[in-house]
Amino acid sequence: MGQPIADVFTWPADDPQLIGSRCEGCGAVTFPVQSRCPRCGGPSMSELPLPRRGTLVSWTTQEFPPSFDYKGGPTGASFEPYGVGLVQLDDVVRVESRLTESDPEKLDFGMEVELRIVPFCVDDDGNEIVTFAFAPIEVANSEER
Amino acid sequence: MDDVAIIGVGLHPFGRHGDKSAFEMGADAVELALTDAGVPWSDVQSAFGGSWAVSTDPLTSLVGLTGIPFINVFSACATGAATIQQAANAILAGTDDIVMAVGTDKHPRGSFKGNPVTTNVPAWYGDNGQYVTTKFFGMKINKYMHDYGVSSATLAKVAAKNYRNGALNPKAFRRKPISEEEILNSQMLNYPLTSYMFCAPDEGAAAVVLCRADIAHRYTDTPVFVKATAIRTRNYGAYEVNTTWASVEEDVAPTVYASRAAYEAAGIGPEDVDVIQLQDTDAGAEVIHMAESGFCADGEQEKLVAADATEITGSMPVNTDGGLIANGEPIGASGLRQVHELVLQLRGQAGDRQVQGDPRVGYAQVYGAPGIAAVTILAR
Repeated sequence: MGQPIADVFTWPADDPQLIGSRCEGCGAVTFPVQSRCPRCGGPSMSELPLPRRGTLVSWTTQEFPPSFDYKGGPTGASFEPYGVGLVQLDDVVRVESRLTESDPEKLDFGMEVELRIVPFCVDDDGNEIVTFAFAPIEVANSEER
Repeated sequence: MDDVAIIGVGLHPFGRHGDKSAFEMGADAVELALTDAGVPWSDVQSAFGGSWAVSTDPLTSLVGLTGIPFINVFSACATGAATIQQAANAILAGTDDIVMAVGTDKHPRGSFKGNPVTTNVPAWYGDNGQYVTTKFFGMKINKYMHDYGVSSATLAKVAAKNYRNGALNPKAFRRKPISEEEILNSQMLNYPLTSYMFCAPDEGAAAVVLCRADIAHRYTDTPVFVKATAIRTRNYGAYEVNTTWASVEEDVAPTVYASRAAYEAAGIGPEDVDVIQLQDTDAGAEVIHMAESGFCADGEQEKLVAADATEITGSMPVNTDGGLIANGEPIGASGLRQVHELVLQLRGQAGDRQVQGDPRVGYAQVYGAPGIAAVTILAR
């Protein structure tokens, strides 16, 4: 099952969701949960499970190892590049996330993606750590659109 | 607004300087600016210093412990511009007549590193491999190219121009021209941005002496006036560096707000600007900042760059000293380097990289995490 990298998604769960927060005053939504509203400054934020599917607003690849605090595997010559994207979840919020796909040929603007919980690393105590990432999905009837 | 004048500028070369400390580089820049202004340190009534690596005020032990107020300023990559604004404001407030703005920094090789928690971003953002500023720039230009039809060839041309301009600048870090082909074929870092399209964190310092405009003639025949300074943080709706989310409702980047405010304060428009310095963290950022600063419409860059408009000899010269791509980015000094270059250009002292046609108005823009932009407009 693995332990989550942080308490930012429902886990374990059959259909995991990212956990955001919504301002009870103005309705602004954030990811992850934060204590005050980024739009109106109000102090009343309640937890909001976010939609599992969305569209890719923009994307890039991370092809060099990030800084020393990166936990996701080897950072030397055997570093594995990954995709990063800004994903719009319905009309609720956009989240920045790793993508399961890192090949520019297989990524496109507006493509449909869905949340996945994926193996990430093994921590110092030997625990398997999982993280969240969005994966491109086949959409029914996409040929007809 | 012609109430504040720049009477001296100094720049310690940008690059790698071994054991030389940020303080020593900063003191050298201060010395150069004082000499340029013909003002002794003992006449400087206050100072504003910016750096990421150090607190700047201890450099007084290298230039003179005169007891003046010396305030540290930090606004990420906009720090240098913030020191200029604070120095100008001290003069506008009537507090001081002669003020120093100084920036110095010393960064290790490689991309910027740090603890996300210090910038109000959760620790997992770093653990997860997202605390990387360059990947934001990759995402921003990738979408921009898709939306407005800008090509990778244009990015390569922008980077090649900045390396070429750097070769004309004795104080630049990168002084070797690099071909567009080599730039395109260098290592992909964050698609579509390659290694040679990015600037590198490095070391260096810059300083500027400002004074009340009505006394500037005592020191120089060629004062350059601070027409406007504007700094803006991000608005709700802007997707910027180092953020875990953005709202569905979109707003424009902080550069757009800073730029509009600066033009309004200066009483001029982009069409009046003769020399331009833009934050080219990467070649794509220069392209985007051209439009965010009002110099062209979105997508026009493709034609403008192809027509050499942004070359030193073009109709809208951008990053005449090589920009960040050729100079690297010592964060605290970077915005002051732009001002240094504009002052040289407006005085006609830029040597091999001098913009012809007697330039009168200069524009400098910096942008940094997590969505801070500053614009400084100078004129003579």
